Amino acid sequence: MEGIVRSVVLTKGVPDFSEGAVSFNEEGHLERGKTPTVMNPNDEFALQAALQTKVRHGGHVSGMSMGPPGYASVLEEAMESVYTDDSYLLSDRELAASDTWATAITLCSALEKYQEEVADVDLVFAGFKTADGETGQTGPQTCWGLDWPIVTHVLALDIDPDEGILRAKRLVEGDVDEIETVEAPLPCVVIADPEFEPTYRKATHRLTHKQLRGETRERAADHEEYLTTWDHQDLNLDPDYIGLDGSPTIVSAVDPIPKAPSEREATMVDPSDEDGMEKIFDEMHAFAGGD
Amino acid sequence: MSRGFGSATGGTDGYEHYDAVVVGCGPGGAAAAARLADHGVETLVLERGVEAGSKNVSGGLLYAEESAPYTLDDFFPDFRTEAAERPVTDYHIHNLSGNRVKTYDLTDLHEHDTDWCDAVLRRPMDSWLERRVHEKTSETGGGVLTGVRVNGLLRENGEIVGVTCDELDPIKADLIVAADGVNSELARDAGLMDWEEPDEWFQGVKAVVEMDSETIADRFDIEEDEGVAHLFSGDLFQDVRGGGFLYTNEDSLSIGTVFHLDSLVEEQAEPHELLDALLTHPLLAQWFRGEYDEREYAAKLVPDSKKVAHREPYRDRLVLVGDAAGQMQAQGPIIKGMNHAVTAGALAADAFVVTRGNADPEAAGRRYTTMLEKSGTMDKLRPRRYDISRRVGERDVVTNAVERVLDSRIGSVAVGNPIAERALKRAYNSPFLVSMLSDTRTGYVSLPALIGEEHGRTVHWENEIEPPTLAERIGDLTYDTDVGNPHIRLRDESYEASGAAVAACPVSAEDFGGGCYRSETVETNGSEERLVSLDTQPCVECGTCAIVADTEWEHPRGGKGVEYREG
Ligand SMILES: Cc1cc2nc3c(=O)[nH]c(=O)nc-3n(C[C@H](O)[C@H](O)[C@H](O)COP(=O)(O)OP(=O)(O)OC[C@H]3O[C@@H](n4cnc5c(N)ncnc54)[C@H](O)[C@@H]3O)c2cc1C
Ligand code: SF4
Repeated sequence: MEGIVRSVVLTKGVPDFSEGAVSFNEEGHLERGKTPTVMNPNDEFALQAALQTKVRHGGHVSGMSMGPPGYASVLEEAMESVYTDDSYLLSDRELAASDTWATAITLCSALEKYQEEVADVDLVFAGFKTADGETGQTGPQTCWGLDWPIVTHVLALDIDPDEGILRAKRLVEGDVDEIETVEAPLPCVVIADPEFEPTYRKATHRLTHKQLRGETRERAADHEEYLTTWDHQDLNLDPDYIGLDGSPTIVSAVDPIPKAPSEREATMVDPSDEDGMEKIFDEMHAFAGGD
Repeated sequence: MSRGFGSATGGTDGYEHYDAVVVGCGPGGAAAAARLADHGVETLVLERGVEAGSKNVSGGLLYAEESAPYTLDDFFPDFRTEAAERPVTDYHIHNLSGNRVKTYDLTDLHEHDTDWCDAVLRRPMDSWLERRVHEKTSETGGGVLTGVRVNGLLRENGEIVGVTCDELDPIKADLIVAADGVNSELARDAGLMDWEEPDEWFQGVKAVVEMDSETIADRFDIEEDEGVAHLFSGDLFQDVRGGGFLYTNEDSLSIGTVFHLDSLVEEQAEPHELLDALLTHPLLAQWFRGEYDEREYAAKLVPDSKKVAHREPYRDRLVLVGDAAGQMQAQGPIIKGMNHAVTAGALAADAFVVTRGNADPEAAGRRYTTMLEKSGTMDKLRPRRYDISRRVGERDVVTNAVERVLDSRIGSVAVGNPIAERALKRAYNSPFLVSMLSDTRTGYVSLPALIGEEHGRTVHWENEIEPPTLAERIGDLTYDTDVGNPHIRLRDESYEASGAAVAACPVSAEDFGGGCYRSETVETNGSEERLVSLDTQPCVECGTCAIVADTEWEHPRGGKGVEYREG
C-alpha cells in the first residue's frame, strides 16, 4: 500500500433546513425547488474522518455524490471544508428519485468503476443518516454490494497501512452506551458517528493540515477542473434497476409537523395593582410546588 | 475514557522531535526562527494566539540600531514597506506642569545610533511576520502552528529536553527557544525568572485611536512617509512614575502610558484613569479637535532590563530571548524591547548552529550568553553606570534631599535660569544622561514638572473629548472565553495579599463590578474582613496580577482569551 491511503467519501446534498432557507408550500410540504441544497450535515463527520486519515498517512480523498447537477456545489463545499482532492458526481435523469436501494446500486457501480479506472480504494467513508431521508441504510447497503466489511458508529479511528488494517473505537448504544474497539481489514466501509472528533495531537499532523488548507484554497477556486461526472451509461446501469423504477420503497405519506403556536395569551398587570397581582400569585401557586 | 487514538509517528521513544522548537512568534521568536531556517535548521514555531500578534501590545516604535548585530529587515527585507506603519521623522518630549508645557525636540536623542525607526501595530506586524516565518521554516521541514500553548518544559532525568503543550503531545528538541514574552511560563518553569517584585516591571497601557491619513498629515503637519513621536512627562499623572507617548500610524494614533509597577501599586492609581489624564490633557486638543474614536484598549507588562535582564539566559537546551529574558531596555523615555528581542533571537540561532554537534546540552546557551555580551547588547540592557547611579539615586534619603531642593526657590531658580534651559535640553538629548535618570520621582515627575513650570508656556486649548468608560473598553474587545477553565486562580483572597490588583489591573477598578478584580467587605463572626474576588472573563492577559497579587497564573489555552486586532 506504500503508506498511501485512497479514500472515497460518499456525500449527499440535502435541503437546507435552517431557518430562513427552507421553504414549505401551503400543505406544509417541502418545496424542493425553492430550498437551497447543502451538504448533509452528518457527512461532515465522514469527511473529517477521511481528512484525518489523509493528514496522518498521506494519500488521496475523493468526494462522491449522487444527485442532480446542482450537487456539484456540495462536492465543492467538501473540497473547501475538508480538502478533498477531486470530486465524482453521479448524475442524470435516469438516476433521479432513487431510494436507498437504487442509490446503493448506483454507488456500488461507481465505486467499481473508480477501482477499475482510477485507483484501488482502501476506505469508503459515509455519514450517519441523511438529514432528509433519515434511514441510515445507504452506507450499509453500499457495503453489502461491495462485499466489504463495515464499521459503523465510529468515534475515532486510525489505520495501520503496513498491516492493512483499520482500528476503530465505536459507540455501541444500549441501556448504557459503551465504546468498543474493533479491527477490520482494508478495504472497508466506515460510517462515522456524529460524535466523531478528529484529533491532531502531533505537530507534523497540524503542519500537514495547514499545508493542505493552503493547497486546497487554490484547487477549490477551480472546482470544475477536478469534477468528473458519470451518468448511468458510464456506469453501465440498466434503467430498470435504478432511479424511480428501480426503487422498491414506497413513501406512503409524509406528515407535516404542526407549527408551534406562535402567540401566547398574555394578561398585562401593573405591579402596583394589588388585586391584579394577588390573582397572579393565586394562579402561580399551583405551579410553585408547595401547597 | 479517552476516545481518541494516538498515532505512531515520531521517534523510537514515541516523542516527536524537531531540531529546534521556538515558543512564541513575536519579534524575538520570528527572528530566531527565520535565522534558524536560514541556517537550514528544522524549526517548529508554536504560538498561542489564533494568529501571531493577536496577543501582543507595544507602544510601537521599532528601532533598528546602527550598533546592533541584527535588525528585523536583515531577515525580512520588505518588512518596512509591507508591515510597518510610518517612520519616525520628528521626536519631541513635553514637560507638563498643569496647563504649562515646555517642549524639547528630542530628535538628536532619537537618532543616536538609529539606522531607522518605524511605528508599528502588532497584529498586522506579527501576523505578517508569521506568514513569512512559516514560508521560511516550511522549507526546512518545520513551520508555524498557531493556537498552540506551550504549558511547560519536558524533562528527562531532570534535564530539559523539550516542551509540553495543551494542544499537542510533548515534543523533543535539540534547542528550545523561549520567545514567549513577558510573564514567560517557560522561564519560570526553568527557574530562571520569578514574578515577585513589582519594581522589576513597568505596566504599559495603550489606546489605538482612529484618524485617517489625510487628517494625520494635516494635524501633525507631515507627509505620507513621515511620522511623529511625542512623549509626555510631568505632573499630569500625579505622583506615579512613568510617562506617556503618542505615535502616528498610517491611519491611526497609538497613545499610551508606561509606569513603574511598584509606583502604580504604591499610589493605588487606576491605569485607565492615567491614560485618560493624558488623552484629555489640553495639549492633545490640537490633534483631536474634539473628535475621539478609540479602536482598541490594550495593556501589557514590560520588564525592566536594568533589573531583570538575565545575565545567563539559558538552562540545558533552553534559551530565553526578548521579554522572556527581561531584555527590554527603558532608555529614559525611549523604550526598546522589540529590537533587542530580534537581536537576541538571531544570536541564539547563531549560537545553536556554531555549537551543533557538541555533546554538552548547554553549549548553545553558553555561546549565546557570550554573544550577547560581545555584541554589546548586554551592556545596553544592564548598563554598568546605571548600577552605580542607582546606588545613590534611588536611596530615599538622597531622593528626598534632591526633591526638597527642587521644590525650594533655589530649585526653581536653578532649573529656571536660561542657561539651565539650554543645558536641560542638551541633557535630555544625551543618551548617557538619560540612562542615568534613575527611577525616582525626580526624573519622572518633579524635574519635568519644574521645567514645565519654569520654562513652559500655558496651553489654553480646551480638550473636550470623552474617552470610553472601562466597561465600554472591555465591551469593544474580542474574547473567546475558555468557559469553566479560568487561567488565573486566586491563591489568597485576602485584601492584604491580593487587593493591589483591584486598582492595578488595567481592566478593573474600585467600585466597578464589570472588571476582573473586585473587593468586598464581608462579615464573619461579627468581624469585618475585606476580600478580593476574581472573574477572568475581561482579562487582557497583561500579567500585572501575577506580580501584585497572590495567584496561580497561567496564560489561557491556545486561541482562547483576548484577541487584539491592533496591538
Ligand atoms: C505599552 C507598551 C509600549 C511599548 N513600547 C515599545 C516601543 O515603543 N518599542 C519597543 O521596542 N518595545 C516596546 N514595548 C516592549 C515590546 O512590546 C516588547 O519588548 C516586545 O514585544 C518583546 O518581544 P518578544 O518577542 O520577546 O515577546 P512578545 O512580542 O511578547 O511575543 C511573545 C509571543 O509568545 C506568545 N506566547 C506567550 N506564551 C506562550 C506560550 N506559552 N505558548 C505559545 N506561545 C506563547 C505570545 O502570544 C506572543 O506572540 C512596549 C510594550 C508595551 C506593553
Ligand atoms: S486579571 Fe491580571 S492578567 Fe488579567 S488583565 Fe487583570 S491584571 Fe492583567
